[in-house]
Amino acid sequence: MMGKQSSWNIKKTVSTNIVPVVFTVLCLVGAIIAEASPFFLLSSVITRLARNLLLVFSLIIPVVTGLGLNFGIVLGAMAAQIALIAVVHWNITGLGGFTVAALLSVPISILFGWLTGKVLNKAKGNEMITSMMLGFFANGLYQLLFLFILGGVIPMKNDTIMLPSGIGIKNTVSLKGLKYALDNVIMISHDSLAIPVFTFIITALLALAIRFLLQTKLGQELRCVGQDMNIAATSGIDVDKMRIIAVILSTVLAAWGQLIHLQNIGILQTYGSHEQVGLFAVASILIGGASVTKATIGQAVLGTFLFHLLFIISPMAGQKLVGEPQVGEYFRAFVAYGVIGVSLGLHAWQKQQARKNKLEDI
Amino acid sequence: MSQKIKKFLDKFGYTRIIIILFLIMLFIAAFALELQTDSLISGILNRAGMNMILTLAMVPSIQSGTGLNFGLSVGILCGVLGAVLSIAMNLTGWQAFLIANGLGIVFAIIAGYIYGLLLNRVKTQEMLIGTYAGFSVVSGMCMFWILAPFKSPKMIWPYGGRGLRVTVSLEDTFDKILNNFLLREYNGIEVPWGLYAYIILLCLAVWLFSRSKTGIAMQTAGSNPRFAESCGINVDGMRIIGTILSTVLGAMGILVYAQSYGFLQLYNAPLYMAFPAVAAILIGGASVHKASIAHVIIGTFLFQALLVVALPVTNAVLPEGNLSEVVRIIISNGIIVYALTRIGGGE
Repeated sequence: MMGKQSSWNIKKTVSTNIVPVVFTVLCLVGAIIAEASPFFLLSSVITRLARNLLLVFSLIIPVVTGLGLNFGIVLGAMAAQIALIAVVHWNITGLGGFTVAALLSVPISILFGWLTGKVLNKAKGNEMITSMMLGFFANGLYQLLFLFILGGVIPMKNDTIMLPSGIGIKNTVSLKGLKYALDNVIMISHDSLAIPVFTFIITALLALAIRFLLQTKLGQELRCVGQDMNIAATSGIDVDKMRIIAVILSTVLAAWGQLIHLQNIGILQTYGSHEQVGLFAVASILIGGASVTKATIGQAVLGTFLFHLLFIISPMAGQKLVGEPQVGEYFRAFVAYGVIGVSLGLHAWQKQQARKNKLEDI
Repeated sequence: MSQKIKKFLDKFGYTRIIIILFLIMLFIAAFALELQTDSLISGILNRAGMNMILTLAMVPSIQSGTGLNFGLSVGILCGVLGAVLSIAMNLTGWQAFLIANGLGIVFAIIAGYIYGLLLNRVKTQEMLIGTYAGFSVVSGMCMFWILAPFKSPKMIWPYGGRGLRVTVSLEDTFDKILNNFLLREYNGIEVPWGLYAYIILLCLAVWLFSRSKTGIAMQTAGSNPRFAESCGINVDGMRIIGTILSTVLGAMGILVYAQSYGFLQLYNAPLYMAFPAVAAILIGGASVHKASIAHVIIGTFLFQALLVVALPVTNAVLPEGNLSEVVRIIISNGIIVYALTRIGGGE
């Protein structure tokens, strides 16, 4: 009797967590094909977890508030990069420089988040695609700022980070003074394994803060808006304001996430570092089993772990299978896009079924 | 009086007015900078013709109620695959172009049918799902391009390297086959009559279809699905027809584009190709729910004119950097965001 019960439970657990299960299997198969050493995989994944976790966490609050997956965290990343350029220009280095960038990115990302929230409030029901297109649009404005306005309209002089013509920022900006600024505060390293403990502590504290926030009155209201906007409105909650708050929080967290990401990498691709941020973060959280309406810290951690494991393994597996690492790289792009398409598609389908059933009930 | 003006402005659309004003400004600047107007006009005619069919592909999908076809790259890839196969068969000239179209259409019917089935399951989220369906098909095909066992020396890398080239020259297949057909020159302005005849033919076909019984049923299904259902129209079937038509036009559109450009672009090139087409039809005055051939023609001309004139003007003013590319990104994505905020209603 007990045995039957537990086997049924396993079946249920697997079917409700089908996405992470599939990706775990995929990673295992890939690792076996690639004949990768577990130690190497572990150490690479730890680096990437430290780099990316906060960016993925930044998606949680908008999901809870019913906005879906906020592809607009790209704007947060842009805010971070604007702050970084300023810090590099002023030549503030080390943890101090990182702190200044983190503080400076807050007002910028609050502004960006507020604007994003305003736009998304006008596109209720289509938030996700609007936030994605808004990211593309903002990218144009970002390029306008960094290629033409800096040095062109706003006077700025700096030979190391600006183009020879004196107008615009170089394609790549070295963050030498900021590299590992946060990671190195407490870093445990052993052979090739390096664990940036302090970064993990900061990330964990912010995760706890998100969790705590969702327990407060504000969090209750956010969740209420997420469940049903109409009910929230009739119970006296300012729905539009709550949605804007959610987007602002998400954008600020994304900005900090991008700062953590870049201080670890140590190089800023001025016109490229932010572009894929939304895509990778969304794919990560979905692989962890999250959906458009439900996302937890645990799913974010699991998803980031699996996504980046796959990210490391697939070129290696491609090399072993067909002698072409490029195939693996295309494969992981395929996976990132595909997993978003499939899980968003499944969600829309379920919603449509639910609507149909409701209609038939009437 | 002011109310009348406001009403007119609302009807005509602020975005269109802004774009037209911007364009006039660019033309004045071009004139002031003494740029060659004849080559600019030739450029506009060429670029508009090149992109027109891809914009036209938006019409059936909007009319059938699936919204803007952000997954146009599915159709584009069908056309590219048709072209690759026709090159592999060593065809040249019109034969190559026709076979590429024929194969592309067949693939597009199959792919469009599957894509339509998908879109029917995700109603109200078609544009989002379409975008990611398109993205994943493009990256899936990247693996195909690299692994496919094609042998034609026109397509594979000359020395080493696996798979097909990133861009395949059409020089000895169907480069400029429509552009050079009936190409006439008037005072230095080149008018590709052959290209435009082909475009008019396809526009006419789409227009005639929208007047046919099936076409009207499709439009009814798109604009008012409940009413259509009560009239006995198979709404889901009509949406599939719209999606297939859009995909087929995407396949034909990329072949027009490729013959004009002279190159076939593989791998990640089709990833973002749906966006300029979407932007063009929106600039023309279409919305997520309403589109016509006039929107296609006006929109493509305005959008491409903007791009063609902006390039030399911005280069003359600011020779460094690529300001016109940045302007393109801002305008095309801005107009899509604007259209998405105007859908209204939500759920």
